[in-house]
Amino acid sequence: MTESLLFRGAKILGADSADILVQDGRIAEVGSGLSAAGARVIDADGLVALPGLVDLHTHLREPGYEASETVLSGTRAAAAGGFTAVFAMPNTSPVADSAGVVEQELALGEAAGYATVQPIGAVTVGQKGERLAELGAMASSRANVRVFSDDGFCVWDPLIMRRALEYVKAFDGVIAQHAQDPRLTEGAQLNEGAVSAELGLTGWPAVAEESIIARDILLAEHVGSRLHVCHLSTAGSVELIRWAKKRGVAVTAEVTPHHLLLTDELARGYDARFKVNPPLRTQEDVLAVREGLADGTIDIVATDHAPHPSEAKACEWQAAANGMVGLESALRVVHQSMVQTGLLDWTDVARVMSSAPARIGSLGGHGTPIAAGQPAEFTLYDADAVGVFAESDLHGQSTNSPYLGRDLPGKVLWTVHHGYVTLEDGVLADLGESRRPAGARS
Amino acid sequence: MRHLLDTRTLAREDAMRILDIAEDMADTQSREVKKLPTLRGKTVVNLFFEDSTRTRISFEAAAKRLSADVINFAAKGSSVSKGESLKDTAQTLEAIGADAVVVRHPASGAPRTLATSGWISAGVVNAGDGTHEHPTQALLDAYTIRKRRFGADSRGRDLSGVRVVIVGDVLHSRVARSNVWLLSTLGAEVTLVTPPTLIPQDVTAWPARVLYDLDAALAEEPDAVMMLRIQLERMHAAFFPSEREYARRWGLDAARLRRLPDDTIVMHPGPMNRGLEISSEAADSARSTVLEQVTNGVSVRMAALYLLLAGERPEPDRAGTSAATEEFEMNRGDR
Repeated sequence: MTESLLFRGAKILGADSADILVQDGRIAEVGSGLSAAGARVIDADGLVALPGLVDLHTHLREPGYEASETVLSGTRAAAAGGFTAVFAMPNTSPVADSAGVVEQELALGEAAGYATVQPIGAVTVGQKGERLAELGAMASSRANVRVFSDDGFCVWDPLIMRRALEYVKAFDGVIAQHAQDPRLTEGAQLNEGAVSAELGLTGWPAVAEESIIARDILLAEHVGSRLHVCHLSTAGSVELIRWAKKRGVAVTAEVTPHHLLLTDELARGYDARFKVNPPLRTQEDVLAVREGLADGTIDIVATDHAPHPSEAKACEWQAAANGMVGLESALRVVHQSMVQTGLLDWTDVARVMSSAPARIGSLGGHGTPIAAGQPAEFTLYDADAVGVFAESDLHGQSTNSPYLGRDLPGKVLWTVHHGYVTLEDGVLADLGESRRPAGARS
Repeated sequence: MRHLLDTRTLAREDAMRILDIAEDMADTQSREVKKLPTLRGKTVVNLFFEDSTRTRISFEAAAKRLSADVINFAAKGSSVSKGESLKDTAQTLEAIGADAVVVRHPASGAPRTLATSGWISAGVVNAGDGTHEHPTQALLDAYTIRKRRFGADSRGRDLSGVRVVIVGDVLHSRVARSNVWLLSTLGAEVTLVTPPTLIPQDVTAWPARVLYDLDAALAEEPDAVMMLRIQLERMHAAFFPSEREYARRWGLDAARLRRLPDDTIVMHPGPMNRGLEISSEAADSARSTVLEQVTNGVSVRMAALYLLLAGERPEPDRAGTSAATEEFEMNRGDR
């Protein structure tokens, strides 16, 4: 049994001040002037209370790439960023394309205890794009997989994509597509535009993303399936999703924090920390994805947290790995790009970073309101803090963050997962076995 | 000058300084003894991750004529996955005591990464990086244009009003990029003539005009026509249908050559594909500056190495003006 927690004076979704009482893994009560005998009382005066953040797009690297990240280190990074659940992408080694591997991933998450780890299954065997993986076996495994993706690779073959979309209807699954035409992006290094022209880097054209999204929308409409578009990055993609939703196609879309804030101009010094796939785009694209997120065209923010060891970034741009870590910085970047600009309020943030991703991924026990009787999954955020993002803010195994040295607002101070504290006044909790209920999972 | 990485950020005064010092260097090269003591005791490493005999021997000649010690380092492999990393190579050169590193690399931006990473304290000269820049090539091209136009009266002059047409595969050409920036910095008007498949998709920010029609560009009677080398592997990537079609539309053949005004010069960075982008008539004509470019390349690279190694970097063990500079000033006096 975990200890009772009483948070005093938190602003629920940034609005009314209230106390939050946590008992036995659930929120027992929310209201003013609460008291509870034996509860640990925590001063949360003025902190914004948000439901625990849910990341639909995380790379945890384990099994296979433990030099970059492990499930433990990755979920510690998640807790530090206010997340209580992460969806783990299947591009591990071995690829998570079978019931065995997704169950292993799930078990690693349970053992770590810092956040719920919900495995995503590969669409095709080995993510090779050739034949469907055993999607049904993964769906009915203990990992209960509902999201399938070959992320890192596009399910390019239109027939395979059609079949995948159709097949997962049997268990209300969704295909999360990494939209990238492989032929149009051979050797691609950076957004195709003025900057790539000057730097002499092979361009990654917007059309390579948009043509796949357009095709997939039409396929999803044709077969009546759910489609989720990963890390949408261009103004044209926003237009396509807007059009699809107007037509009533069951499509959802995500944008990463970095595509909400950063542009390809940052590549000018050839600093590979800014190399990511899809690439950073132009200011026009940044404004378009912000608008799309604000008006609901884009449903969620997902980090695409992609850890890499330093030697994969401390090299020539062309030789460097794609990807950025993002769990610890996500909320602060959304704060800066969406809240401080007046495009979203904290209720919207709770939707795009918690309830909507949990709903898209069919993950129970997360994304629920901060209200009596709900699972105790929430985070407390000091929205008035300001600070330079530093390596000390990173808690995973890798430091390939594009925000190092940059001013970001806010600070995540507390994260509560399954009713126990994973982040304690800005410091990661040391989760001894005793504090982690065996098999704790909603 | 700390490094020479690109012409995009090279200020006009710095470019002019290099060209004018190259004039001084060229003067010394007509003497019986070509060797100057200027960089005695300095070590220049030619770090080539890509085969390029021409550029390498040009830098080698430049460094040796300034009495520097030259180490040629042909490195294979350029990524973390194959061979030694750039970082380890750089730190090895640092440990050897390199004062300047001349780097040729297949990855765009590698010289900048080398110069800004903190791995090495040596000055870095970009000798061609991927499809980014080749600044000393552009400098020697500018020098050549100026020399043909103004002869012995070149010093202090820029290229105002000079019209230059650059023809060929701009997309993959570091020579084209460096020339676009440098020639426009020096006041020239640049026109790029390329197949639409071989120019970056967005060049709206470039100080150059783009045409697809070579005959239209030549009809304007430019002062210089610079032909870029076509790499045959481009053909297999469907950038153009065939060599013959390319030569017909964008090659400087004998007929096109004859239509040029008498004082228009024909340039090529080499090595040439005779019969493809340039005909033998053009390559061997009196307008051709191909060999002058090679000769001038040594002078321009001497100037660049001089500015990097003897010009402005204070020697911790020598007070005031470095001895190297004084030696060079003495040499200037007797020209």
